[in-house]
Amino acid sequence: MRLRYVARKVGWSLLTLLFVLSANFFLFRILPGDPLALLARSQRLAPSALAKQRAIFGLDQPLPSQFVTYLHETLTGNLGVSIISGQDVASLVASRIWPTVLLVGIGTGLAAVIGVLVGIRGGWNRGSGFDRGTLYGSLVLYSAPEAWLGMLLLIAFAGTLGWFPAGGYSSGTTTGLGQVADVANHLVLPVVTLALGYVGQFVIVMRSSMLEVKEAPYVEVARAKGLSERAVRRGHVVPNAFLPSFTLIVLSVGFILGGAIVIETVFSWPGLGLLTYQAIQDQDYPVLEAVFLLSSAAVVLANLVADLAYGYLDPRIDEV
Amino acid sequence: MAFPSPVRSARSMAWRRRRTAFADAWSVFRHNKQALAGAIILLVAVVIALLSPLLVPPDAIDPASATGPTFAPPSLAYPLGTDNFGRSVLALVVVGTRVSLLVGIAATVGAILFGATIGIVAGYYGGGPIDRFLSTLIDWFLVIPWLVLAIVLAAILGPTLLNVIVVIAVTSWAMAARIVRSQALSVREQPYVERARALGASDAAIMVHHILPNVFPVIFAQAVLTVAIAILSETTLSILGLGDPSSISWGHIIEDAFNGGAMVNGYWWWLLPPGICIVLVTLAFTMCGYAFEEILDPRLRGLEKTG
Repeated sequence: MRLRYVARKVGWSLLTLLFVLSANFFLFRILPGDPLALLARSQRLAPSALAKQRAIFGLDQPLPSQFVTYLHETLTGNLGVSIISGQDVASLVASRIWPTVLLVGIGTGLAAVIGVLVGIRGGWNRGSGFDRGTLYGSLVLYSAPEAWLGMLLLIAFAGTLGWFPAGGYSSGTTTGLGQVADVANHLVLPVVTLALGYVGQFVIVMRSSMLEVKEAPYVEVARAKGLSERAVRRGHVVPNAFLPSFTLIVLSVGFILGGAIVIETVFSWPGLGLLTYQAIQDQDYPVLEAVFLLSSAAVVLANLVADLAYGYLDPRIDEV
Repeated sequence: MAFPSPVRSARSMAWRRRRTAFADAWSVFRHNKQALAGAIILLVAVVIALLSPLLVPPDAIDPASATGPTFAPPSLAYPLGTDNFGRSVLALVVVGTRVSLLVGIAATVGAILFGATIGIVAGYYGGGPIDRFLSTLIDWFLVIPWLVLAIVLAAILGPTLLNVIVVIAVTSWAMAARIVRSQALSVREQPYVERARALGASDAAIMVHHILPNVFPVIFAQAVLTVAIAILSETTLSILGLGDPSSISWGHIIEDAFNGGAMVNGYWWWLLPPGICIVLVTLAFTMCGYAFEEILDPRLRGLEKTG
């Protein structure tokens, strides 16, 4: 990979982060009224917490130096304090990362593996009953709001059948291995919802790139060499068709937080998504600001990884 | 018997060409079963939306004057049961059609107007500083997690119907812009664009008279697909409590059901109908959008039929 390609991608990512930071700065400062007035309304804020928030705003300075102050405070880890609880936003957010990574990691992983396998089979046997069934199924799932799917699963499997708990992270009564099983039990429905909501796009992307690669001249060559259909599929079609799906998987990892918001809300799963929902209800702007920053940074990072990996996997790309 | 004049104005020739193209497109569309099914669903939805004030009297969905039993399961009197205020869920779903379609279409119009303008300008000045700036902007909006941006904007602007429309438009214009830009880039290289320039046409005139008509089909297909996304976005925002609390949309009904304990108490009839409407209409727009893409890109034709 050429250095120039890497430098360009890294530079673009940094520029994007700067854009996100500026958007954050300006969006939350066009709020009607004095931002500190919002804080003052909250009785629970300790003077030290107020001072922390004041440091970010730097309200006594002109706008450009306010921006510099904001950048400095943000980059050194001061994300302000929650308007509601007075807690430090950075540590509040940090404490919620793990449940989200657990939920979205497993859910997206499941969706990707199933989606890619289904897409391979459907694309290879285009027009078959399996292909039609899974393609329509994918489109229906893609058209269904995830939150709604989750609610239906809740009614069926938590309410009527009573197989799984209705929400939360754990029952909190067990320790050790029992606790792991307990958390896993709580994870089932949200993970299934997430996987159902995301599997469609993986099927569609993998299927269509299978269709494209299947017609490539080198596949014909592989057949002409006398390779079996199975060997052609495994050795020539799938590896080449996988590239777009690979990009999609890496990008999905970046959209981890965005995907979690509604599902965590439905299942009261105590991750960043639920934190976001609560911040919306409470109009807790510093928390929203941090969530916006963190989720954008995750996407930018995932994009960078995808670009660099793509450059490595497909060397043609850095020649453009 | 009058013969048609052999000399035709450029305008009439252009219109004749368009009529033929339209007839071609219609014949492809007509033979696409999914697209036809989608179009029928959309037609029904639009008719219901337009007739909803006649179908459902306003006091039937007013929480203060609803007379039905609360949380009643489906019965003859209430085919889809009732909600927490004793309102008929069927009436709510019928009324919800209007707001859901309105938000979806209005947000799309905004997104497409903005996205197409940016795309055409960027494509026309392809490679120059204007294009570089606009392309970076497009890329940024494609990268930023749309839901989080929408949440932030909706939380700041406040929950009104207009704001919901604006928020969805702001978060969904970039895809259209990118697609229109790449299309405009290739149109720009056509000989007739160069000829127009040689004849002294201004940049603006070329963009409006030559680039726009040629990228318009792409814009249209993209618009149809965007409506599907916009309706889903409205649902998500409503469920998160960021919708307009005073207008009933399908997403709003789901939010009410969620907050009204539908899941704990198993009120499936409250939850199921609005979601099914969303799935049907989203699917219908997607199917029609795919069909239009197929019409535009003949390479895609018959992809699903041949084995």
